[in-house]
Amino acid sequence: MLRIRRFEERCAELYSAERVRGFVHLYIGQEAVATGVIANLEPDDALVTTYRDHGHALVRGIAMDAIMAEMFGRIEGVCRGRGGSMHLFDAATRLYGGNAIVGGGIPLAVGLALADSMLGRERVTACFFGEGAMAEGEFHEAANLAALWHLPVLFVCENNRYAMGTALDRSESETNLAVKAASYEIPAWSCDGMDVEAMWQTADRAVAHIRSGGGPVFLEARTYRFRAHSMYDPDRYRDRAEIEQWKQRDPLALSEERLRDTGLADDEALQGIDAGVMAEVDRSVAFAEAGHDEPIADLLRFVLSDGAAGPSERAS
Amino acid sequence: MSGARALAHPKSRPGPPPEAAARPMTYREAMREAIREAMIRDDRVFLMGEDVGRYGGGFGVSLGLLEEFGEARIRDTPLSESGFVGAGIGAALGGMRPIVEIMTVNFSLLALDQILNSAATMLHMSGGQFNVPLVIRMTTGGGRQLAAQHSHSLEGFYAHIPGLRVLAPATVADARSMLWPALESPDPVIIFEHGSLYNSSDGAGDLPSGPTTAGIEHAAVRRAGDDITLVTHGGSLRLCLEAAEVLAAEQISAEVIDLRVLRPIDDATLLTSVSRTHRAVVVDEGWRSVGLSAEVAARIGEECFYDLDAPVARVAALEAPIAYARHLEQATLPNVDRIVAAARATVGSRE
Repeated sequence: MLRIRRFEERCAELYSAERVRGFVHLYIGQEAVATGVIANLEPDDALVTTYRDHGHALVRGIAMDAIMAEMFGRIEGVCRGRGGSMHLFDAATRLYGGNAIVGGGIPLAVGLALADSMLGRERVTACFFGEGAMAEGEFHEAANLAALWHLPVLFVCENNRYAMGTALDRSESETNLAVKAASYEIPAWSCDGMDVEAMWQTADRAVAHIRSGGGPVFLEARTYRFRAHSMYDPDRYRDRAEIEQWKQRDPLALSEERLRDTGLADDEALQGIDAGVMAEVDRSVAFAEAGHDEPIADLLRFVLSDGAAGPSERAS
Repeated sequence: MSGARALAHPKSRPGPPPEAAARPMTYREAMREAIREAMIRDDRVFLMGEDVGRYGGGFGVSLGLLEEFGEARIRDTPLSESGFVGAGIGAALGGMRPIVEIMTVNFSLLALDQILNSAATMLHMSGGQFNVPLVIRMTTGGGRQLAAQHSHSLEGFYAHIPGLRVLAPATVADARSMLWPALESPDPVIIFEHGSLYNSSDGAGDLPSGPTTAGIEHAAVRRAGDDITLVTHGGSLRLCLEAAEVLAAEQISAEVIDLRVLRPIDDATLLTSVSRTHRAVVVDEGWRSVGLSAEVAARIGEECFYDLDAPVARVAALEAPIAYARHLEQATLPNVDRIVAAARATVGSRE
């Protein structure tokens, strides 16, 4: 969680300094969700996420260097600088994006699970999306397919209460999202997305259910983003008091407090962890700055395959 | 194409034994045989779409396949084009070789997000990490009085998109032979089947029963000629061949090119022909403006300008939604008379 926080704080600075461009959507405030869920995944499991994807990529184990280089548009980036902040893909850890069409990744996750099901592989596909996606048809089409075909998908709805600038009760007729998902005969549970332990425990139960052949599970993680929708967003639609109130439940502060209370770490230890993370962030920036631009001569590579079968092939 | 490698699989079985005698086939049967053969050759191949199973396919292409291959591999889907096309993309990423059937091109617009934003972009956007070996088949075209939401020819929409391969088998032989190389391709392939072709058998009595090597890269010269090139694809091929007969009676020798592959377009076959005949008429059932016919005409203009003896002419659909009433629909679509008239005018402009 701390790695996500510090990485993104630096991204915000780099964006302001115009070193990182494009749209940058920060995950700050929501770190417990990706952390708690992804800790339950095995290396063979698959992950599909949205344009707010830095946290998922970091927790999944993609090197911070490669992510930062991607933010800089360098060839050393995880996608050669072609995807940027919103499109982090990694074949080695089975991260299938970084999808910036709201709801667009959900059918894809169902398809990954369908392949596993047809090939008899006991894998889970975790699919993250925001509550805004639950107003999209693609969520409903995909949830229906997953339930109908009993597929091993973990749907994780990160309900941060705002679809860009539109509040939940202004975009959903039923604001209890688990109730909506449950209408597809999918076990649907809500949990505290600010508490990484609660998140981990709920995800653990969900993943166990899926691995035991129980079909898809839907989790609603109740969370909040402390920053604006993107670095481009002036954030005029939220009450400052509301933001401050949620910050009282900062997932990082909650975890630190718990570590202190249980005696697992004292201030010195926590400061040491922070210093280590800051050093990692510094190194990633240095790595990105020393990176290279992909030659323009290669721009048309990978529009179509070069003839060689790619990782989709290897995945089988 | 590296077919053997792309399709190597522990569970793969050898191809079907050659049938004792070749037999005449309809376009529908040829497509069914192609699916059947692919299913037998590679266990990772499966067919998914609305009513492909118990109903036998909206146009009857998959009739009988459910009984042969079972529900897992002949997979009926709910009416959710975006959902099941997206699931096809995911399954392809996961190592399967899906054939997704969309009932008509008009319905495919509900899945355009998945086709454009995911299937076509993923390889490039991921820096070459994730290819999407997916085949999507759909019916296209008018002529059957199905009105404005079942009749359009939107091949040009898809041919516009980098990252896709777009095919339009216009003959029984191509219906039989283009699916397998499409499945061998590591990239997403869209196959357009013109609805008027399903019952046709274009004298394909000596069609080989196994796959052919026609591939999915080249256009085909369907009739050789010297005076003018008619460039077309799909359902309009038949019209162009008829027009060429009419023109022959007038001592105008028309060459007919079937593009077959709408993306990437086989420039060599196209331009070689026009450079030799010095005249061209482009025939497309899609709308005229900003469409496939515009693209083909532009390529001829760019590459063959100094070889041309006349401006490139186009015969395309009139620019209106396709109406139900037969006379209105027929007036909208290209026909033999319009093609002949355009060819005559093009040849006549020489004198």
